[in-house]
Amino acid sequence: MSAAPSRRRETEIDSINARIEAKFRLDWPSFTLGVDLNLPSRGVTALFGHSGSGKTSLLRCIAGLERAAHGRLSFKGNIWQDDKIWVPAYQRPIGYVFQEASLFPHLSILGNLQFGLKRSATAERLGLDQAIELLGIGHLLDRKPDTLSGGERQRVGIARALAVGPEILLMDEPLAALDLKRKQEILPYLERLRDELAIPIIYVSHSPDEVARLADHIVAMDGGRVVAHGPIGETLARLDLPIRLGEDVGVVLDATVGAVDAEWHLARVDFAGGSLWTRDRGLPTGKRVRVRVLARDVSLAVEEPGTSSIQNVLDGVIESIGDDEHPGLLLVRVQIGASLLVARLTRRSAAQLGIVAGLPVRVQVKSVALME
Amino acid sequence: MLTDSDLQAIWLTTRLAAVTTLILLLVGTPIAWRLARSRSWWKGPLGAVVALPLVLPPSVLGFYLLLAMGPRGPVGQLTASLGLGTLPFTFWGLVVASSFYSLPFMVQPLQNAFESIGERPLEVAATLRASPLDTFFSVVLPLAKPGFITAGVLTFAHTVGEFGVVLMIGGNIPGVTRVASVQIYDHVEAMEYADAHRLAAVMLAFSFAVLLAMYVRRPKPAKGD
Repeated sequence: MSAAPSRRRETEIDSINARIEAKFRLDWPSFTLGVDLNLPSRGVTALFGHSGSGKTSLLRCIAGLERAAHGRLSFKGNIWQDDKIWVPAYQRPIGYVFQEASLFPHLSILGNLQFGLKRSATAERLGLDQAIELLGIGHLLDRKPDTLSGGERQRVGIARALAVGPEILLMDEPLAALDLKRKQEILPYLERLRDELAIPIIYVSHSPDEVARLADHIVAMDGGRVVAHGPIGETLARLDLPIRLGEDVGVVLDATVGAVDAEWHLARVDFAGGSLWTRDRGLPTGKRVRVRVLARDVSLAVEEPGTSSIQNVLDGVIESIGDDEHPGLLLVRVQIGASLLVARLTRRSAAQLGIVAGLPVRVQVKSVALME
Repeated sequence: MLTDSDLQAIWLTTRLAAVTTLILLLVGTPIAWRLARSRSWWKGPLGAVVALPLVLPPSVLGFYLLLAMGPRGPVGQLTASLGLGTLPFTFWGLVVASSFYSLPFMVQPLQNAFESIGERPLEVAATLRASPLDTFFSVVLPLAKPGFITAGVLTFAHTVGEFGVVLMIGGNIPGVTRVASVQIYDHVEAMEYADAHRLAAVMLAFSFAVLLAMYVRRPKPAKGD
């Protein structure tokens, strides 16, 4: 009997200890950062915002590369910074990936990978071999950094950060300096990291695409302040998200591959509330996937739509209506089973359809992006 | 060819330049590092003090050093109380004077080399568990190697070529303070133009060879990404 409350207290303490608390105040002549955040210590948390929003400064404060005059930072119960304590970056159990790979030019690839490994007490947590394998760089070890392509360099940069056996991986726009082709080359590796590493990842990005694909949590920043944060599904479905996403407004749904139509090369993905057909990408049925549906690809009909090229038609109920950036447009949240979709409509069509909260609608989805 | 006293002067010059370069490597590196890294107000004044020997007449520098190191100067009283005697007109007096005189030739190339490395490699090293000191030896030194070579060569060559400060501090004692440049002066004073020519040619050849080596072999700046 007496064990129950104490176990409960332990779980509470565990859940406090398992968090990252970050509170910083940074006053520069042209920029102020003021955040007070509780970050989950598992999964990928995206620090998301436009350039100048303070997301990189926040990451650097967490890493100890920047020292906010007033700050408190604790990681899983260990204090890294407060009024009295300052743990320098080199004593924090972090891995850090910079925007440019920033490999040491005087060392070979292997030398770069071993640099941190030699100095880290926790390096066995994730072996060098595993890092090399995860990033697929085994064939590059003897080369010098300046003989590698940008994408290869960044993969080495990521492996180098992992080889120290970090307890948390901090990534500062690791794809921003790469062209689209290189990005596509690296994204699958990042997805592997997310799925195979037990450590939390904080990922700075200004790309809604990357965030939708990788993040479990999102911290939206603007002007040095946090303007929204929460699980990615909920947060992206907010109509009042105070960040201009433009054409990238949309939701992310967790789904599984339910069926594959070999004849038409289509795959059906099932989410809580319905199913959507999309191009078959060779994924096996039962595979957990993430689906991104952009607001501009969702249209609403009050009556049964006639014959159309659109394959995906779902039943939903208008949940709420919000303003869009352009005065002629609206964003409409539609409840479909347990899930939410966001549709972008013109005010005129909303008026003509008589869109109000609670109205049952037919939801047409023109396009679905499947993310592994 | 060269007389014994010429060879003696060349040997003394080489020794002086080598010792001075070594001392300045030890003293100039931390100064250059602070100048390259600091954003503090004293960076400007310190930089100016380090650069002073570039513009100051050697006789002025020599005069102040002579006063400081002489029996009534603070440095002279310190060295005397340590039982070292006074430094003027000794080899070590020349070393001290040369170290001041050649300081900018060590500090400025090093400062440039450190500045061109930038913050990023240091931050990378910190995130890879390297302490600041560790970072200096494992990252900064290898990346600044061309700067160290330039600084060392320039310091050595500049010390070989000094004259005014030597005359003020060292005088003209064979085997102790009579370096090559002073020896040439002596030859000219004594109208021994042939001797002066030979030694002068050696100096010219040496200086040219050093600079040629530096300009031809100057490595491309280390490229990051």
